[in-house]
Amino acid sequence: MNRFAALLDRLAYESGRNAKLRLLTDYFRSTPDPERGFALAATAGSLVFANAKPGLIRALIAERTDPVLFGLSYDYVGDLSETVALMWPTPAGPGPGHNQPPPTLAEVVERLQNVGKSELPGLLARWLDGLDETGRWALLKLITGSLRIGVSARLAKSAVAALGPLQPDDIEEVWHGLEAPYEALFAWAEGHGPRPEADDPAPFRPPMLAHPIEDGDFDALDPSAMTAEWKWDGIRVQAVAGRRPDGRFVSRLYSRTGDDISQSFPDLADALQMDAAIDGELLILREGRVQSFNVLQQRLNRQSVSPKMLVDYPAHIRAYDLLHLDGEDLRPLPFRERRARLEAFVAGLAEPRIDVSPLIGFGSWDELAAARADPGSAGAGEDAGAVEGCMIKRADSPYVPGRPKGLWYKWKHDPFVIDAVLMYAQRGHGKRSSFYSDFTFGVWTGEEGPGDLVPVGKAYFGFTDAELQELDRFVRRNTVNRFGPVREVVHAPDQGLVLEVAFEGIARSARHKSGVAMRFPRVSRIRWDKPPGEADRLPTLERLIARHETGQARSA
Amino acid sequence: MRPSDLLVSTPAGLYCPPADVHIDPVRPVARALITHGHSDHARSGHGAVLATAETLAIMAVRYGEDFAGSTQAADLGKPIDLGGVTATFHPAGHVLGSAQIAVESGGLRIVASGDYKRARDPTCRPFEPVPCDVFITEATFGLPVFRHPDTRAEVDKLLASVRLFPERCHIVGAYALGKAQRLMSLLREAGWDGPIHIHGALEKLTAFYEASGVPLGPVVKTAGLPKAALAGAIVICPPGQIQDLWSRRFPDPVTAFASGWMRVRARARQRGVELPLVVSDHADWNDLIATIGETGAGEVWVTHGQEDALVHWCITHGIRARPLHLVGYGDEGEAEPGDEPAPTPATPETGT
Ligand SMILES: [Zn+2]
Repeated sequence: MNRFAALLDRLAYESGRNAKLRLLTDYFRSTPDPERGFALAATAGSLVFANAKPGLIRALIAERTDPVLFGLSYDYVGDLSETVALMWPTPAGPGPGHNQPPPTLAEVVERLQNVGKSELPGLLARWLDGLDETGRWALLKLITGSLRIGVSARLAKSAVAALGPLQPDDIEEVWHGLEAPYEALFAWAEGHGPRPEADDPAPFRPPMLAHPIEDGDFDALDPSAMTAEWKWDGIRVQAVAGRRPDGRFVSRLYSRTGDDISQSFPDLADALQMDAAIDGELLILREGRVQSFNVLQQRLNRQSVSPKMLVDYPAHIRAYDLLHLDGEDLRPLPFRERRARLEAFVAGLAEPRIDVSPLIGFGSWDELAAARADPGSAGAGEDAGAVEGCMIKRADSPYVPGRPKGLWYKWKHDPFVIDAVLMYAQRGHGKRSSFYSDFTFGVWTGEEGPGDLVPVGKAYFGFTDAELQELDRFVRRNTVNRFGPVREVVHAPDQGLVLEVAFEGIARSARHKSGVAMRFPRVSRIRWDKPPGEADRLPTLERLIARHETGQARSA
Repeated sequence: MRPSDLLVSTPAGLYCPPADVHIDPVRPVARALITHGHSDHARSGHGAVLATAETLAIMAVRYGEDFAGSTQAADLGKPIDLGGVTATFHPAGHVLGSAQIAVESGGLRIVASGDYKRARDPTCRPFEPVPCDVFITEATFGLPVFRHPDTRAEVDKLLASVRLFPERCHIVGAYALGKAQRLMSLLREAGWDGPIHIHGALEKLTAFYEASGVPLGPVVKTAGLPKAALAGAIVICPPGQIQDLWSRRFPDPVTAFASGWMRVRARARQRGVELPLVVSDHADWNDLIATIGETGAGEVWVTHGQEDALVHWCITHGIRARPLHLVGYGDEGEAEPGDEPAPTPATPETGT
């Protein structure tokens, strides 16, 4: 447990993905089974046990420390688990954890799965006696369910793949049939065991992803060999169901990254009475009309799903592809054949919550460009506002996990663009910690004349390294105020810096002072030439929202 | 004689009226006794200075030869008569030359310990407890959450990271006097025999340690070296440099910081540290209370740091104690980190 804790400690401070990957792989390589398997489960978020409440931890520390000293310490450290980990009295005797060997992670996980409520305090105290400061911190974070180390399940699986010649997608294919401590998985990854057999009737299959299309690509592509369909502004999901040995259906809804999100969508899970795997888009439909991403977001944000939520936010799957049907793997088939099987299958299912995303008819790239510019007249009808662009797929493409070249393309809308004024800057993290790289920008209030600047968003990418150096220099030379890590930068009509900001979407937001919230804002250009007084104004953004809501083409 | 007749706190620092001397004064005074060379304790511009030979030399390195009107070197353990009051210097284990100062008159002994630690340090003489009536202690890490770990484990953490990321440069922030040289020495003990790279600001003090008989192995300035030469290197620099413009010249740096403050995650995060190393030149909580016990003092005065907790502990353990509320200490050495002045007010409201 102390070694696992040291890994978590290091991961918690490390910001680079590659560095995290190397730390994890190094740990998996040098740690025996079953310890590493439980570590994998903990980092991939697949450990399930009853959590301890903060009250229990407070009670344990209160029995052991002076309340005044605890109070002063807690005030200083600011985090309960960390305070307790640091000031837990070390048992008397030679060396830390005298008489009390530190528990292994395997022991912690196994005992927590079946410990009685009355036994838990004693057990926890014994473990805390045996661990060092970092070990205590990790244990307390683990059992209070507040372990945040910035590692995704995907990253943890990639680290396993990196033990040998496997790819992360190979791990994904077998993952959902396996459980901690994953001994067979590690043996396979290290090349001394067979591929573990997945007997899950509803496994996740790593999705096929598209490349953004570049202007030059069109010349090389033959329109007659390609198909096109709308790219809907929802979340990409995989709906999978299959029969268990006893004949009952198991159904699951997976996110693009393989997270099981079925619990948030019981209405859909119940509708999946089939032996099939559908690749599609999760949307909210009201009276047959696709709602904006914002509406979907409101449902996604809820922890528990109330009956009212199911009625007010009815979930829907718009199917793009069919990967598996009645025991047959369809992925090697060409897209046009899979598509025909999909249409027949969905028609036969006759489930109002599932439909097929329509194809767009076109004979030339110009025709497709016209359709994309006005989806409403090209088949998307009233749902045009929920179209984010289109997908272009080779009609003969097999379904290849990952992002293979030359088969699928996405042609997204041109982003929104506005000119905004730099107002505040903050240092970045990791490699960027010496740069002011997080920029808060604002626009002017009022239709014209002297207004106030109101912050409308924050951007921390989109610029080159050379541009970042220039921005950093500008911030350092033009600071008018400091608030902790934040610098306020000069911003007046005739003084300051204009940033051209591109973003993917915009919506009203009560949480923001300006009343608007942007999706994926980024700095697309630095307008050294433009006086801040000529930057955009809030009413312009409000008009963009109105246009976005009615589904018209986007540009400021 | 009452303790307050022998030593009182004044705006300039601790003052001994019968001898007319100050200890570690923060303003220029006629006669000063200096515990150690950190700039918050050892300032320039006093009339006469009495300190250990190493501390006098460190002051000369930092401020120039004419840092005081006159100087006198104090030998450890040898009482010096200041006119009815004797002062004796005893090792404090904090940095090279650091000393506690015992002042004694009419059978009353007060020990002003300056900054001190009990943990092993190959670069200076270990602390020696001095029996006394009143013990004056710092409380930089005067909270029970501060229990410094074995430094070997911390140095191993750094070396493990260097092995795992051999193409990256490890930049370690460490205070220029004491911590930097202790870290070098610990790295040597742990088997690191390659060059240790340093920021130019560490050069003179490091050379002084070497000249005083503390072997540190090959130490190389980074100035002028090509970027590629620093892949896999360990670079030690003053803490302020780890996230400054200076650090950008190194290949894919891992930023580390060697300080007792690294025990607390929020402190490490605040500095943007990726590899916190808990290595401190101050006593931790357990050593503070153990030391108070060893001195046998019936009364404790707490100078700077987390006074409340330590005073509370003394009182609940039957020892008279009070904070001295001295100002001006904790600016160097392990001053509380934070390179930008104001705490964060409400940050500006922004979009997503
Ligand atoms: Zn000091």
